[in-house]
Amino acid sequence: MATISLNNIEHSYLARPRAPEDWALKRLDLEWLDGGAYALLGPSGCGKTTLLNIISGLVRPTEGKVLFDGIDLTDRPTDRRHIAQVFQFPVVYDTMTVWENLAFPLRNRRLPRAEIEQKVAAIADMLDLSGMLDKRAAGLTADGKQKISLGRGLVRSDVNVVMFDEPLTVIDPHLKWQLRSKLKELHQRTRRTMIYVTHDQTEALTFADKVVVMHEGSVVQIGSPLELFERPRHTFVGHFIGSPGMNVLPCAVDGGAVLFAGQRVAVEKPPTAAIGGRRTEIGVRPEFVTLAQAGIPVSIVKVSDAGRFRIVEARHGDDRIKLLVEQGVAVPADTAHVRFDPAHTRLYADGQLLE
Amino acid sequence: MGSKTHNAMGWLFVLPVVVLVAFNAVIPLMAVVNYSVQETFGNNMFFFEGVKWFEQVLHSDRFHASLGRQLMFSGIVLAIEVPLGVAIALAMPRRGPWVSVCLVLMALPLLIPWNVVGAMWNIFALPDIGMLGRLLNDLGINYNYTQQPISAWATLIAMDVWHWTSLVVLLAYAGLSAIPDAYYQAAKIDGASSWAVFRYIQLPKMKRVLTIAILLRFMDSFNIHTEPFVLTGGGPGNATTLLSIDLVKIALGQFDLGPAAAMSIIYFLIILLLSWIFYVVMTRDEEH
Repeated sequence: MATISLNNIEHSYLARPRAPEDWALKRLDLEWLDGGAYALLGPSGCGKTTLLNIISGLVRPTEGKVLFDGIDLTDRPTDRRHIAQVFQFPVVYDTMTVWENLAFPLRNRRLPRAEIEQKVAAIADMLDLSGMLDKRAAGLTADGKQKISLGRGLVRSDVNVVMFDEPLTVIDPHLKWQLRSKLKELHQRTRRTMIYVTHDQTEALTFADKVVVMHEGSVVQIGSPLELFERPRHTFVGHFIGSPGMNVLPCAVDGGAVLFAGQRVAVEKPPTAAIGGRRTEIGVRPEFVTLAQAGIPVSIVKVSDAGRFRIVEARHGDDRIKLLVEQGVAVPADTAHVRFDPAHTRLYADGQLLE
Repeated sequence: MGSKTHNAMGWLFVLPVVVLVAFNAVIPLMAVVNYSVQETFGNNMFFFEGVKWFEQVLHSDRFHASLGRQLMFSGIVLAIEVPLGVAIALAMPRRGPWVSVCLVLMALPLLIPWNVVGAMWNIFALPDIGMLGRLLNDLGINYNYTQQPISAWATLIAMDVWHWTSLVVLLAYAGLSAIPDAYYQAAKIDGASSWAVFRYIQLPKMKRVLTIAILLRFMDSFNIHTEPFVLTGGGPGNATTLLSIDLVKIALGQFDLGPAAAMSIIYFLIILLLSWIFYVVMTRDEEH
């Protein structure tokens, strides 16, 4: 059990990185508190697996330090960091039984037999594997195998952090939900620090208390699922989280006024300092765009039914605006006006939220 | 109705292969079966003899001796080549520029024709002028493969190991390369020793390719003819007269077509039986 700090971490897979894009991870400082349920969210190739492997010691960072409870472990090998990791594809030892698989990490650490039996029994019970301990691990389904991988991490009492690298990739959709709630339950029972890497926002938002969103090798926002939804600090977060994502519309700033489509748009925090030559955009989620009598004129492009509400895709000039309209509310066939909720309309400069 | 038409078309497609297999395997084999039950005195006159040749071969001391030598040869060769091949595959680099260098080096012996291998070793091991033979004798080891059965056997086995271990290496290496990194990472996290990694990850993952390697090496070594024929011609005495060398002696040296045909069939059935046993033993746990 430990608090894990990453100090000024940078990493490149190239021997001599030069251009910014040579860096898989750009300089970052992060702290993972003991017992937290974290998710590391971002699209493929954003550096999340690299970050995970730096914590586990499978990758040594080019720059920076990894501290566990203040102790520098940057050069300590994986097996001496007291961590556990569950990989994208289930890793089980095919020739062993389920019991032998779960006991393997303990046997390697030469624990007494009685203790191994007691621990394996407890973990098997937690993971609903008790009925199949004598079965060959190779014969299990993907979700069963993934539970074994997880069990091999949880069975050790010395584990500082359990890390999951997109663990539900190969699991059937109807079992994904089950396994996800199982993970949540296990976190509550064991209170181990867990870091869950995924590119699936549903998985991240349902599992984690704190979500770390990554984009092109940098952390763009850390926050609770609600914060990410309500106050995206980067247009990428707004766009990546939420379905459909946030509308990001280019706008002009004139003194304290924000102009879009030749009209003044009220934003939550009007600009106070000079914007300079930065690219300005307003961000507003489809949930906070409504049809109105007057406002920004749009033409309706498409209406798609999403169950409880409809997603309306509208167009103003070259800019596409999405809005959610409840069932039963009439949507005009061709042209309409829309209005942005000022409390949830934010101004971004070069992608960053102006605060 | 529709499916029947479909089937008829299917037969048409496999016809070329059926003809090919008939001409290169079934018809020659049937000719052998034909010889094995008849006696001939030339002039194309044949007399039906039933299973007489089979009984004669099965009760012949000469056949037993050749079979014994053959089993010993295949046994020794497998016992050396499989562990050695796996060990070399494990020691080969997994990535980087040296991979292709290693692979080419490994493939080289496999590209050399059998009779050339035999001729190479024949000269290489000559006690008076061969590099190996001369060196051994200069070191005080009394070595002469044309006169000492032990030297002849050692040379024969060294030659086969040199020629064929690469096959096991390449197959084992292919098996090793197919293991995802996550397995090694998980093993590290689980605190596994390198022996445990071999025993519980590498060996099980290599099992299929090793089954193929063992089957191929068994069948090939059991059939070996050219190399010992060129190297020792079966001698000294009968010391290296393996089954196929003996068979050729009977068929083409003595022209005993009947016994040779019966022996061919028995030889074939032994390989079939042993290969089947290997296969069953090595794949038996996969059904669970």
